[in-house]
Amino acid sequence: MIRLERVNKHFGELHALKDVSLSVAKGEVLSVVGPSGSGKSTMLRCMNHLETIDSGTIYFDEVPVYQNLQRCRRRADSDRAVEAIRAKVGMVFQSFNLFSHLSVIENITVAPIHVLGRSLSDATREANVLLDKVGLLAKANAYPHELSGGQQQRVAIARALAMQPEAMLFDEVTSALDPELVGEVLRVMRTLADEGMTMVVVTHEMGFAREVSDRIVFMADGRIVEEGEPAAFFAAPQQGRTREFLRSLWERNRQLGGTVSP
Amino acid sequence: MLTTFLALFDWHGAGDYMPALLRGAATSLALTACIMLISLPLGLVIALVKLGRSRILRTCASTYIEVIRGTPALLQLFYIYFVLPSFGIRFDPFTAGVIGLSINYSAYLAEVYRAGIAAVPQGQIEAAKALGMSRRKMLRLIVLPQAIRVVVPPLGNYGISLFKDTSLVSIVTVKELIFTGQIVSSTNFQYATVFTIIGAIYLAFSYPSALLVRWLERRMSVGGKAKPAGSAAQATAATQ
Repeated sequence: MIRLERVNKHFGELHALKDVSLSVAKGEVLSVVGPSGSGKSTMLRCMNHLETIDSGTIYFDEVPVYQNLQRCRRRADSDRAVEAIRAKVGMVFQSFNLFSHLSVIENITVAPIHVLGRSLSDATREANVLLDKVGLLAKANAYPHELSGGQQQRVAIARALAMQPEAMLFDEVTSALDPELVGEVLRVMRTLADEGMTMVVVTHEMGFAREVSDRIVFMADGRIVEEGEPAAFFAAPQQGRTREFLRSLWERNRQLGGTVSP
Repeated sequence: MLTTFLALFDWHGAGDYMPALLRGAATSLALTACIMLISLPLGLVIALVKLGRSRILRTCASTYIEVIRGTPALLQLFYIYFVLPSFGIRFDPFTAGVIGLSINYSAYLAEVYRAGIAAVPQGQIEAAKALGMSRRKMLRLIVLPQAIRVVVPPLGNYGISLFKDTSLVSIVTVKELIFTGQIVSSTNFQYATVFTIIGAIYLAFSYPSALLVRWLERRMSVGGKAKPAGSAAQATAATQ
């Protein structure tokens, strides 16, 4: 469904993505793990064209998507192509990014109404269904600043789902949350995965990655170092860099008295 | 001493020229209204062009802003009233005053808008993009409504200072408050009385307007502002 082919991305001197090739199949739940600064989030943002790439190709449903002028005759063409992809791919951010001037229900309905052309009543009805699903029906008329981080993030998920996306991208969505609020967000994501949503999840939650994903990708220094099924990935990592990463996680967990072990 | 001071004023004679002064005040208010009505949208357009994608248009907008802000408003008024007629373009005093100060204020207001738009957090823009919104929809639905909250108080303050700046158009013979005062006092020589009354009239409009702007500012900041995602938001939620 989404396929990256030898994608390179630079931020000035920093070579953030080095020849990254990856493909995400329909219905697959893919977790991307790795140390911070490894390029996980950058890769995810490229999938949604929030970052432009320097070389390589990104395919959506096997159609290459170009975001640069060289390969599109007019800027408007590339804009429209990219907007069409984004409308089909939901994204949830680490910092929620709910629209601060809109109520919860308006946050969810604004894009369906103005991007997909839904009527207000249809959009509102669907938004209520989604709010119920994330357990926040009572908060429909609240404003983002009146919600806890976990609640905001669940609204953000509902907002993305309201576009009826074909895939969802999650960018460290629990990293900004207080620990006791992480569970409620992961629960919603687990439900989505069970329903067959195509998901790419950049995460530090190894428990979630292991239990929910179909496949795990480990990134370090802008490269995909290793990928595999969760059981194999955690039990028998092939690469030294992966083993090192897992060991450091394990040790930190043991120090904290955590229950998640490799 | 006090008697000499009081002798400068002749309040009893004020009734004769009060109507003229009030007409002058009405002209000042009309100027303020016309100029605001033009420069509020014009400033926004210039700000949007300056933030737009076309490099040529961006340069035009920047040049406009820098030229206007870098030259005195008086000079701009002179140009419109005294220089343009050499090219066959003539305006009556009121129109010349409105055009001159609208050009001047739109440049300043453009910078206010630009700052307001720049204050919208990047995350809001990314979220709008991620939902497939075009630049135009993003601007209309997300960016501008949030920028407005930031921008209303400074715009209000510019409105108040414009009311005072309309005195500049006396230079192109518009009979606004100050020019009327000059005309009146040059015939009855009651400088102290006339200009004290004029000062009081300016204050009578400016001070309540300033209070209104302050009230708006408070209202806009209550609950409406984007709170940082982390602990502040959670702290608010926890107390509710």
